[in-house]
Amino acid sequence: MLKVESLSVGYGEREVLKELNIEFKKGFIYSILGPNGSGKSTFLRVIDKILKPNNGTIYLNGKSIKSFSASQISKIIAYLPQRIDILPFCKVLDAVFLGRKPHISFEPTSFDLEIVLETINKFGLSKFAFRNINELSGGEFQKVLIARAFAQKPEVLLLDEPVNHLDPKNQIEILKLIRKLTKDNNILTIIVLHDINLAIQFSDYFVLMKNGRIFKFGDLTVIDSDTIKEVYEIDVEILEYNGRKLVLF
Amino acid sequence: MRDFISKTDKLNFVEPSLRKQYLKSLYFKLLVGLLFFLSILIVSIISIKTGSINISIVEIYRAFFTETENSYVIWNLRFTRVVAAILAGASLGVTGAVMQNVLRNPLASPFTLGVSQGAAFGAAFAIIVFGAGQTHYYGNEAVTVFNRYLIIISALVGALLTVILILFLSFLRNITPEAIILAGVAISSLFGAATMFLQYFASDFQVAATVFWTFGDLGKAGWVENKLMFIALSFSLIFFFLNRWNYNALLWGDEVAESLGVNTKFLRISSMFMSAFVVSVCTSFLGIIGFIGLISPHIVRIIVGNDYRFLIPYSALCGATILCISDLISRTIIAPEIIPVGIVTSLAGAPVFFYLLLKWRRI
Repeated sequence: MLKVESLSVGYGEREVLKELNIEFKKGFIYSILGPNGSGKSTFLRVIDKILKPNNGTIYLNGKSIKSFSASQISKIIAYLPQRIDILPFCKVLDAVFLGRKPHISFEPTSFDLEIVLETINKFGLSKFAFRNINELSGGEFQKVLIARAFAQKPEVLLLDEPVNHLDPKNQIEILKLIRKLTKDNNILTIIVLHDINLAIQFSDYFVLMKNGRIFKFGDLTVIDSDTIKEVYEIDVEILEYNGRKLVLF
Repeated sequence: MRDFISKTDKLNFVEPSLRKQYLKSLYFKLLVGLLFFLSILIVSIISIKTGSINISIVEIYRAFFTETENSYVIWNLRFTRVVAAILAGASLGVTGAVMQNVLRNPLASPFTLGVSQGAAFGAAFAIIVFGAGQTHYYGNEAVTVFNRYLIIISALVGALLTVILILFLSFLRNITPEAIILAGVAISSLFGAATMFLQYFASDFQVAATVFWTFGDLGKAGWVENKLMFIALSFSLIFFFLNRWNYNALLWGDEVAESLGVNTKFLRISSMFMSAFVVSVCTSFLGIIGFIGLISPHIVRIIVGNDYRFLIPYSALCGATILCISDLISRTIIAPEIIPVGIVTSLAGAPVFFYLLLKWRRI
């Protein structure tokens, strides 16, 4: 459903992504792993057409994303950046409502309202719906952001480090929810994660990036100590327990 | 897609009450708009009634249909003034809301781009260099004759010049909102210095005329000015209102807005241009009216929240209300003397703003 062909991206002179070739399928979660500066966030931005590539093409449902307008893209792809620079004073419900923006032609319909309320419910945010977002805890706030992306009803969901700065309970809860919604709605989810063990637990495929290139791509079998050593430059041990892998640092 | 919606959660199922609460908040917000309308209407009527000649409500009503004793006063003095207050207040209020959004700064106002200093320079240039405010001496008596339209046009050119300078800068280098604000400060001080330079070489009368010009005064407006302000305001209001969801998205930063399909660069530049244009028109007709553009959006934000669907129309209504009330105060507080309304808005606006800051701390 999403195909990337010999994609190169640069900021000015510096080339950040080099010759990426990859194909993503619907209904699966892909984790993008790699050290800081390996081009993970840039990759998500190019897919969402916020950045323009120097070279190469991205195909969405068989059509080049160049042929889509920004508003058409926003109906298909939802993107959650790593950082939100500023926090507006607004209610949780209004924040989730913003996710419907690409679909609203003049004012929201009752269908839009229905989706927003359902999403709020799904994310367990009903209690907070009329609270200001600056009064929420880190975990609740992150849920609001992801709920906004889901309210967009995307076919492709791009999440840049969605569980950073959260406690383990919230990390697990949010990733479980993302996994469930990905499977239930048969959408494509691409997540940038730093925690390899969380990635192993919640994703179907792994994209390991280094220096702007895709170092390795595949299912759980690509995660081995040699690969991790090569990508992150650290020595690790990998344990197998009940068919699950655990990376020990 | 539908099955995602129909599947309901067993836990915390409070959805029907949520919908009710949402509708309730929506009705509340609509009610606020109605109250703004009513207050403008009431203040306008009081304003038309009050003055050196007291006019009854019945007569005001009759004056709309037939010639009455005070028709001239109602139509050409009081009513023009009230309409000017509503139009200028609305222009300043709505552009304040938009500027605070696109410049990502709660202190931004329609004058952030240096419009007021530009207009003041334009007016000073017309008065001093073009001699638009010439003084003729007849024996001991001096009469100053103003060429009003020359001053207006010159002020408008001055105001638009600052805007074009800044927009050109931001278009050329795609600079950040923070840099735009700094550029506005720099250009303001540039035009401020240029005005002082002109004043240094001018006669006492001309200096007095340029200073007096800067006091925002609703008495300067006639029907021609009101018509032009109405046209400028209507265009910009429509533009702003059509972009209300884009402004809501931009509240979350450029990246989020772009992922929601907003062309942030175009939105920022076109909004700044629209705002500056409307305010340039008002300022060159009436002079500088401070504080309304800054304070109206904040008042509305406290009442209905940071939602541009409501902030845009209500900031306009709030600005209109404040300017109408200020005008009434300026005409009555030391009657028969009329204080320029710009002095009242700034004098009264600052304490009100402090109060809001302390009370809500959310601005």
